[in-house]
Amino acid sequence: MKKLGLIINPIAGMGGRVGLKGTDGADTVAKALELGADTVSPARAVETLGGLKRVGVEFELITYPAEMGAAEASEAGLEARVIGHITSGKTTAEDTKHAAREMLEQGVDLILIAGGDGTMSDVIEAIGTQVPILGIPTGVKMHSAAFANTPQTAGEVAARFLSEGLPLREAEVMDIDEEAYRENRLVAKLKGYAQVPYEPVMMQATKEGSTGYELADQKAIARWVVESMERGRIYALGPGTTTRAVAEELGIYNSTLLGVDLIENYKLLARDTNEQHILEVIEKKPITIIVSPIGRQGFILGRGNQQLSSVIIKRVGKENVWVLATPNKLKATHTLKVDTDDAKLDREFRGYIRVITGYRQTCMIKVV
Amino acid sequence: MNYRQARWVEPLIFELSKPGRVGWASPEKPRERINVPKELLREKLELPELSEPEVVRHYTRLSQMNYGVDSGFYPLGSCTMKYNPKVCEELAALETASCIHPHQAEETVQGALELMYRLERCLAEVAGVARVSLQPSAGAHGEFVAMLLTRAYHKSKRDDKRNQVIVPDSAHGTNPASAAMAGYEVVTVPSNARGRVDLKALKAAVSERSAALMLTNPNTLGLFEDQIINIAGVVHDAGGLLFYDGANLNGILGKTRPGDMDFDIVHFNLHKTFSTPHGGGGPGAGPVGVQKELEKFLPVPLVEYNEKRGRYSLDYDRPHSIGKIKGFYGNFGVFVKAYAYLLLMGAEGLNEVTDAAVLNANYIMRKLLRVEGYELKFDASGPCKHEVVFSAEPLKRETDIWAHFVAKRLLDFGMHAPTYYFPPIVPEALMIEPTESESKEELDRFVDALKTIAEEAKSDPDRVRSAPTATAIGRLDEVKASRQPILSWRAYRKSAKE
Repeated sequence: MKKLGLIINPIAGMGGRVGLKGTDGADTVAKALELGADTVSPARAVETLGGLKRVGVEFELITYPAEMGAAEASEAGLEARVIGHITSGKTTAEDTKHAAREMLEQGVDLILIAGGDGTMSDVIEAIGTQVPILGIPTGVKMHSAAFANTPQTAGEVAARFLSEGLPLREAEVMDIDEEAYRENRLVAKLKGYAQVPYEPVMMQATKEGSTGYELADQKAIARWVVESMERGRIYALGPGTTTRAVAEELGIYNSTLLGVDLIENYKLLARDTNEQHILEVIEKKPITIIVSPIGRQGFILGRGNQQLSSVIIKRVGKENVWVLATPNKLKATHTLKVDTDDAKLDREFRGYIRVITGYRQTCMIKVV
Repeated sequence: MNYRQARWVEPLIFELSKPGRVGWASPEKPRERINVPKELLREKLELPELSEPEVVRHYTRLSQMNYGVDSGFYPLGSCTMKYNPKVCEELAALETASCIHPHQAEETVQGALELMYRLERCLAEVAGVARVSLQPSAGAHGEFVAMLLTRAYHKSKRDDKRNQVIVPDSAHGTNPASAAMAGYEVVTVPSNARGRVDLKALKAAVSERSAALMLTNPNTLGLFEDQIINIAGVVHDAGGLLFYDGANLNGILGKTRPGDMDFDIVHFNLHKTFSTPHGGGGPGAGPVGVQKELEKFLPVPLVEYNEKRGRYSLDYDRPHSIGKIKGFYGNFGVFVKAYAYLLLMGAEGLNEVTDAAVLNANYIMRKLLRVEGYELKFDASGPCKHEVVFSAEPLKRETDIWAHFVAKRLLDFGMHAPTYYFPPIVPEALMIEPTESESKEELDRFVDALKTIAEEAKSDPDRVRSAPTATAIGRLDEVKASRQPILSWRAYRKSAKE
C-alpha cells in the first residue's frame, strides 16, 4: 500500500487577512493573534483530505500530532498513523523540518504540505528532493510552483498520484523576505527545487491553458538555443530548470541549478561561477547571457542571479541577453522585471523584449 | 429542456454482415466492360454483405446519433457553421459537375473551367485582390501557400534575411504552424487591453528580419482591428507583407475588404464563409488571393479565358510560380457549392449575411452580459463582430464549474457547444458564433440554456459535471480519441488483435 505523509503548518495563512503579508516568525504570529486572526490552514487542509477520502483510494496516512495533521485527518474521517511530538499551540518551523525528515525515514511516497512559501522552504531545506511533495495552498505567499491550484485539486492530484501514478517534475520553491515585503520591497529568493507530481489539468497548467508538458517545451527551447550558439563566444547560463535544459541538451549534466555556469564551444567552461570570474572572461571573449524569469514575479535580471551584475550586463549589452521561458511560465508571468542595482540600466530594459518560447518561436513580452 | 438523442446499440456494418446476403442486383443490361489496369484489380474486396433495408437502417440509426447544423444550433466560434442550402448540394451533384474527371481534355470540361474562372473573379472582388488561386484544399493549406508566396516574394527581391513571421497571441494555432512549416521563426505579439494587436509590441517586433504578419480581422475575439491601417503601415515600412486569415470573413462581407485594409495576401475558407459543408474533416477549400505585385508567384495552373477563341484553358506557363501545390485543381465539388451560394446571395445578399451574423452575435452578447457567471475579458464597450468570446471564470470561481462543463451540459439542451478554451488569452473561454442562419427564438433559447446551466452550477453541480446524459454517447476519452483514432475496419481489426 502507498504511504502518504501529511504535514500541516497550522499557523500558515494567519497573517493574510490581517494584512501582515505573511506569518513568518514568532512575533508575527503573536501580532496576528492580537489582531484577531483566525487559523486558515487546518480548515483548508480538511477540504483536501475530505476530497481524498471521497475518491476512495487506498493508502496509509502518516502524520504529525494534533493540529499538525492528526486533528484534521480525524475531522475529515481519515485514519492516520501519528508520529513525532509537538507542543500543541506552539508549533514552529523546526517542527515542520522534523516532520519532513521523519516522514522521509518512514518511506512515504508523497508528502502533502499545507502551508505557504515559508513552509515549503522549510521542507526542502530538510529533505530536498528525496521525496515528492505537493503543496496545499493555505499560506499568505505562494510564489512557489509546488502548490496545487486549490485545496480540492491538491486532493485530486494526490489521489491520482497514489492510484495510477503521475510523472514528477521539478518545481521552483521561492521565498520572499517578509521583513522587506512588509515594507513593500520584494526580495525574492529561489530557495531550491522540489519534486512534485505533474498533473497538467489540476496543477498550474489548466488555469493558464497549458499546451503540453513543460519538459517538452524546455527541450524545444534548449534545442534552438544550442543551434543558435556560435563558436568562440561564451554563454553565461543563469539559474533555473529552463537554462539547465540548455546545458543538458549539450550533454552537460552537472550544471548548477541555482548558480551561473559558463559555456564555450558547447562545453562547460566554468561551473557555479561568480561576478569576478565573469568580468575576467569578458575581457577576452564576447559573451551572451542566457536567463529565465525567476518565480511568478518574472524577474529576469537582478533577482536570483546577482552574479550577473549590472556591470556585466552593461558590458554584454541588452542585445546579447537571451531570455527563455516556456509558454506555460509566461502565462503565469505576464510581464517581466529587471531589478539590478543600476536604475539607468533597468530603464534600458523597459519596453518589449524578445523571449524564446520554443523551437524557432519567440514572443514579445513587456519588461516593466 | 426537452431533448433526447437516439441511443442505439449499433454494431459496425462489418459485424452485421452475413455471407451471401445481397442487397440489390441491377436489372439493367451490363455496362460496357471497362479496361481496368491489371495492377489496380483486387482479388478480394472484403465488403460487408447485407440486404438493402439492413444497410438503410444501419446508416439511419447512425445518423440519428449524430449532430450537425441540420439538427440544430451550432455556435462553434471561428468555424462559421452556417446552414448549407440544399440547392447548392443538388447543383454540385448534377452529373455535369460530379461525373467529370480531372484527366479529361480541357475542351470537354469548358463549363467546369468557366465556373472556376468566374468563382475566382467573385472571390477577388469580395476580398479586393488582383487574382486568386482556388487550389488549396483547406484553410491551413491556404495559409501554408500564403507563406510560400511570401518566401517567393522576398526571394525575388534578393532579400534572404527575412526569416521571421509575426502572429498575434490571439491567432489561430494554424498560423504559427503554417509559418513554421514554411521554415519561418514565429514571433508572437501580445494583445492590448482592448483585445487588439498591441502596436508598441508590434513596432518592437518588426525588423529587417520580418517576412510577414499574419492577422485575422475581425480577430478571434470577434473584435475589429480598428488600428489596421497603422498596423499595415508598421509592417510595410519594415518591408514585410500582410497576410489576411479569412476565418472571420463572415464578419465583414460587403462592408470592407482585406485589400482595402492593405493586406497583400488573403485566404478564404469556402467551407465557412461560402457555406459549403464542413466538419468531420471532409473536403474544404482554402483559396488564396494576392495583390498585383504577388500575382506571378501564384501556384500553377490558373484558369485563363481566351476571348477571341471563346475558350477556357489551364495556364501552366508561369515561370515565377511557386509551382504545384495540389494533385489537380482543388476540390471542385466545393467550388460548385460556393459558386452557387455566391449567385444565390448576390452582392446585396452577402452584405445582409454580415448584417445578420453581426446582429445575432451582438444580441447574444448584450443578453448574456446580464447573466451571472459569464463575463467579457476585453472590450465590452462597442459592438462585436460576427462572434463573441465570453469567459466562464466567474462561474468557475464561485461554483468550480468550468467552461468545459458548461460546454458539455449544453449538449443536453440539444445544442452544439461553442468553441471553448480558445482563444487561449481568455481564461475559461466560450467562443460563440451564432451565424446569420439562426432566428431570434433560437438565440433566446441558447442564452436561456447558458443561464440555466449557471443556475444549475449552484443548485445541482453534479448534474452539470456528469453531462451530457441526453446524447447517444456521454463523456468520451478525448485524449485517447485524438491519440489513437480507429477510423477504419482494418484499423479496428488490427487494434483488436493487439
